[in-house]
Amino acid sequence: MTLNVIWVVVDRTGDKVATVSLELLSKARQLATTVEAVTWGDPSQIAEVVGAHGAQTMHSVGDLGGGLPGPAVGAAIADQVRSGSSPDAIFIPQTYNGRDIAGRLSARLDRPVLTNIVDVEESGSGLITEHAIFGGTEVLRASFTAAGPGLFVIRAKSFAAEPGTDGAATTDNWNVPDLASTGAAKIISSHVEESEGPKLDEAPVVVSGGRGLGDAASYQLIENVAKLLKGAAGASRAIVDAGWVPYSHQVGQTGKTVKPTVYIACGISGATQHMVGMKNSKNIIAINKDQEAPIFSIADLGIVGDVKKVLPQLIEALEKRN
Amino acid sequence: MCSMKVVVCVKQIPDPAGNLRLDQASHNLVREGKLILDESDSYGVEMGLQLAEQAGGGEVTLVSMAPNSETSGLRTALAMGAANAILVSDPALGGTDALGTAKILAAAIKRAEPDLILAATESSDGYTGTVPVQVAELLGLPSVTFSKKVTVAGDKVIVERQTELGYDEVEVGLPALVTVTAGVVEPRYPSFKGIMAAKSKPVEELSVADLGLDTSEVGTAGSRQQVVSVVPAEARSAGEIVTDDGEGFQHILAYLERIKVI
Ligand SMILES: Cc1cc2nc3c(=O)[nH]c(=O)nc-3n(C[C@H](O)[C@H](O)[C@H](O)COP(=O)(O)OP(=O)(O)OC[C@H]3O[C@@H](n4cnc5c(N)ncnc54)[C@H](O)[C@@H]3O)c2cc1C
Ligand SMILES: Nc1ncnc2c1ncn2[C@@H]1O[C@H](COP(=O)(O)O)[C@@H](O)[C@H]1O
Repeated sequence: MTLNVIWVVVDRTGDKVATVSLELLSKARQLATTVEAVTWGDPSQIAEVVGAHGAQTMHSVGDLGGGLPGPAVGAAIADQVRSGSSPDAIFIPQTYNGRDIAGRLSARLDRPVLTNIVDVEESGSGLITEHAIFGGTEVLRASFTAAGPGLFVIRAKSFAAEPGTDGAATTDNWNVPDLASTGAAKIISSHVEESEGPKLDEAPVVVSGGRGLGDAASYQLIENVAKLLKGAAGASRAIVDAGWVPYSHQVGQTGKTVKPTVYIACGISGATQHMVGMKNSKNIIAINKDQEAPIFSIADLGIVGDVKKVLPQLIEALEKRN
Repeated sequence: MCSMKVVVCVKQIPDPAGNLRLDQASHNLVREGKLILDESDSYGVEMGLQLAEQAGGGEVTLVSMAPNSETSGLRTALAMGAANAILVSDPALGGTDALGTAKILAAAIKRAEPDLILAATESSDGYTGTVPVQVAELLGLPSVTFSKKVTVAGDKVIVERQTELGYDEVEVGLPALVTVTAGVVEPRYPSFKGIMAAKSKPVEELSVADLGLDTSEVGTAGSRQQVVSVVPAEARSAGEIVTDDGEGFQHILAYLERIKVI
């Protein structure tokens, strides 16, 4: 191990820890002697799972009082670094809150930040990051050049979350300095968009639809196939932007990263920003009427055909088997 | 609020439909030729125009950092209806990283004294997605990112912010910075009149020194990260391609059986 201490930001909703944070903890444990978690809210609720994934200690900035995590967590970490208890690296999940925390922290510490990281490896006394660029056709490797802890913002599914046998993390509280107006945004209500079946980023089967479906109503075909295969229904950004399906279905650069056993892309061209989110699926099946569609270049099985013909036939056949 | 001053950050980028490539030596994205308005920012421009209208007056000022005094993308946004623009262009800016960009933008935005600053959640070419929040921190302002709806209510804005499970309604007093996601609004097409008018709208061009910043904080000098290498990714090779003759679905069934999904 080349590093002594890594801090990992643990993103959470109540007692539910974002899986990507567990992935980062598991990786940090391989790289550093000491792994400490940083979170907000009641730390005792999640001390067990965070401990099992490698953190000996967990610091919490406490109740946010309706505020967003970015300013409070960013400022608290910056104070700790400045007061001398600086780690060698800070791992931050590339989530909504994680990106806010990274931006705030970077400006407060006057430290650069690397985002969209898909892998890190040890090199000499530091870390080298990997980034998938141009839709994953090329890999860019980068590193920090100045002293001080590097801020690493890492995408979901870059590492496996591996619980060990370690006990719960010991917890303590970190002070949040006066945020002045930077902390002024307050959450007044939270809304959950219900979805049936397994979660998109955890499902073993993902069936996604794109603009090739033709209209919003045809998304039902995607949902039916997903349900029959006990999978989740995904989407390209084109049809999310068009309002056919909620954003929570989006797969890709700005949406979810998925890595299922099989990904079935229906009427999706395979734009680079879409492929970044699904190209690491174990198996890829694509249906597209254009045989030149880029998605075919990464598909294990490609069907050149009309989704409106192929999907109803597939649904009928799957229904017969059940 | 009866008059609202909105600043929209707009990035001018190489056409994504063209051939994007990295410079062999510097590993920076090659930004030669005409740049265009990043589509991601066209939503911020539209949102800014709508909010200024809703507030019952006000105007949209664009802020952009770009090489070679580039204004093509700014003209597109001016043609949509923005009133004026501040452009920061300086040879010293080549290779500037996200934090350096944020320092430049923050200094330029300060001059406009806005009530509201809009940016995209991420740019199409760099997509670091951190510049806007860094700008907010440098200016000491609150921020709400990933917004899919923004409404002005007096001297506050109410924002619907995407979450893993749905969305949060977030309230924030002005001035504040808000980032918008693609598709939040339908960007208008510039009218012929708009395009003509844009040609004479004021674009103030500033250098790093004009902003009172030191060139050592920006450009390659100020960027404390380096590209180590760029290599082709392990290619995923294409598999079997079949043309549907009415039996395409059978191939899918057989494949799913083979991998034991069914
Ligand atoms: C900064 C940025 C971030 C982005 N992030 C994402 C992201 O996270 N996720 C994402 O998906 N995109 C993202 N995009 C958008 C991306 O560039 C593409 O525009 C988008 O993925 C295209 O969606 P699509 O494949 O559904 O539509 P299209 O590209 O329009 O493709 C539709 C396909 O359907 C096929 N087709 C048409 N009719 C039929 C039929 N009847 N049967 C079968 N096939 C048919 C066509 O041949 C075509 O290949 C992003 C873009 C930017 C700039
Ligand atoms: N050079 C720039 N000029 C103006 N705005 C920018 C610039 N760079 C980033 N931004 C703004 O910040 C957003 C996010 O950029 P990024 O952090 O690079 O993904 C962009 O969509 C713009 O709104």
